Amino acid sequence: MSPADVSGNAGAASALLTVRGLKKSFGTNQVLNSIDLTVDRGRVLVLIGSSGSGKTTILRCLNGLEQADGGTVDVAGEVQLDFATSPSNKERAALRDRSAMVFQHYNLFPHMTVLENVLEGPVIVQRRSRTEATDEALALLDRVGLSDKKDAYPFELSGGQQQRVGIVRALALRPQLLLFDEPTSSLDPELVGDVLRLITELAQEGWSMVIVTHELEFAREVAHEIAFVDGGRIVERGHPSQLLRDPQQERTRQFLHRLLFPF
Amino acid sequence: MNQSPWDLLLSSLWPLLRGAIQGTIPLALSSFALGLALALGIALMRLSKRKLVSGIARVYISIVRGTPLLVQLFVIFYGLPSIGVLIDPWPSAIVAFSVNVGGYAAEVIRAAILSVPQGQWEAAFMIGMSHRRALSRIILPQAARVSVPPLSNTFISLVKDTSLASLILVTELFREAQQVAAFSQEFMLLYLEAALVYWVICLVLSTGQSLLEKRLDRYVAR
Repeated sequence: MSPADVSGNAGAASALLTVRGLKKSFGTNQVLNSIDLTVDRGRVLVLIGSSGSGKTTILRCLNGLEQADGGTVDVAGEVQLDFATSPSNKERAALRDRSAMVFQHYNLFPHMTVLENVLEGPVIVQRRSRTEATDEALALLDRVGLSDKKDAYPFELSGGQQQRVGIVRALALRPQLLLFDEPTSSLDPELVGDVLRLITELAQEGWSMVIVTHELEFAREVAHEIAFVDGGRIVERGHPSQLLRDPQQERTRQFLHRLLFPF
Repeated sequence: MNQSPWDLLLSSLWPLLRGAIQGTIPLALSSFALGLALALGIALMRLSKRKLVSGIARVYISIVRGTPLLVQLFVIFYGLPSIGVLIDPWPSAIVAFSVNVGGYAAEVIRAAILSVPQGQWEAAFMIGMSHRRALSRIILPQAARVSVPPLSNTFISLVKDTSLASLILVTELFREAQQVAAFSQEFMLLYLEAALVYWVICLVLSTGQSLLEKRLDRYVAR
């Protein structure tokens, strides 16, 4: 399955995701301070920034794991939410169903086999036919090299294998937008490459993505646009080569310098 | 009254076993099943964000744990009739034991639910599940595994506590033993025999617990 199957004209540069003025506070702590973003179909936006800057909260608001306090989100002109008017559960579910998330800690269901993990969404939640969903799940597992692990439980897999299952679980939902929350941050260094390569391949196939990562080389390779998030705002955004090589803002420069020269 | 102790032991075995089969075991099983259902409800109420709802659950648990089971049993069987509520021995016992299990097991289930990492809820919501479905398909199966040992304790305690039902005229193992003992005047023999039967029942339950734990551990790294 490629994203063209689910989102139609993957080639055209039309906006898939438009976020305006997204706000979120935890108590008195304002975590997101008017975030604006756009992701065109088939494009990859990478969010970078130090921990606590709010980049993960952006993803969580898009997937409905956090409810934003204000701002609007539009997906493909089909789902429009205005968080200032506290959207209903139904509206929030409609937004959530457009995207699928890959978590930092994989969060596979430990009491289910690999195949059951992948099928839980399509079969149990989306009520698609089990045979059809199983064929699709096996094809996806095959493409990430894990078809022989379909009956294994998550604890029997390495971190890299678990994260690839996490990615397959997300793909099997047939989302329009893939969200990656530091997908390699809890992996052993030698397992990072496989996962990043897989994400890069998916990007090349035309999946639309928002990725939070600290891997700058990967960001340069995969992103169509990079945004630097700091203090709940997007401080600077631009083409990867431009932003990483020649940042315009002092704050961005400091952040990149610290990432490139940690000591 | 010239039976040898051995003969008495054998001849009283059937009344005791009958008491276990017709009294103790069904009483414990039905009270535990009802009590668990109640406990799940109380645990979910206790976890509710609404202060009133969790407050009610908190008070319930506090009363159940803070008062003796025997007193609860007597309030229901001997107390309620004075305000016009008459309940037969069996239903009285089942109500008292279920209410009691409901209070203790609620805390076990609550802790078990809280022991499942937050990321499991998030993954369940991410794939589109409602709260109810996330609970039943993702959270409770994982909570079940950690709650088997403490719930087995609750169940084993319950089996022994059903002997209190003899005091509200329910014919179960211990009441049978009392009757034979009163008739034969062999108190030591009969009460030790009753203890032995309780012990055997609990051994069987402990074995069941181990098997269940093994089965639920199949997806956990060893």
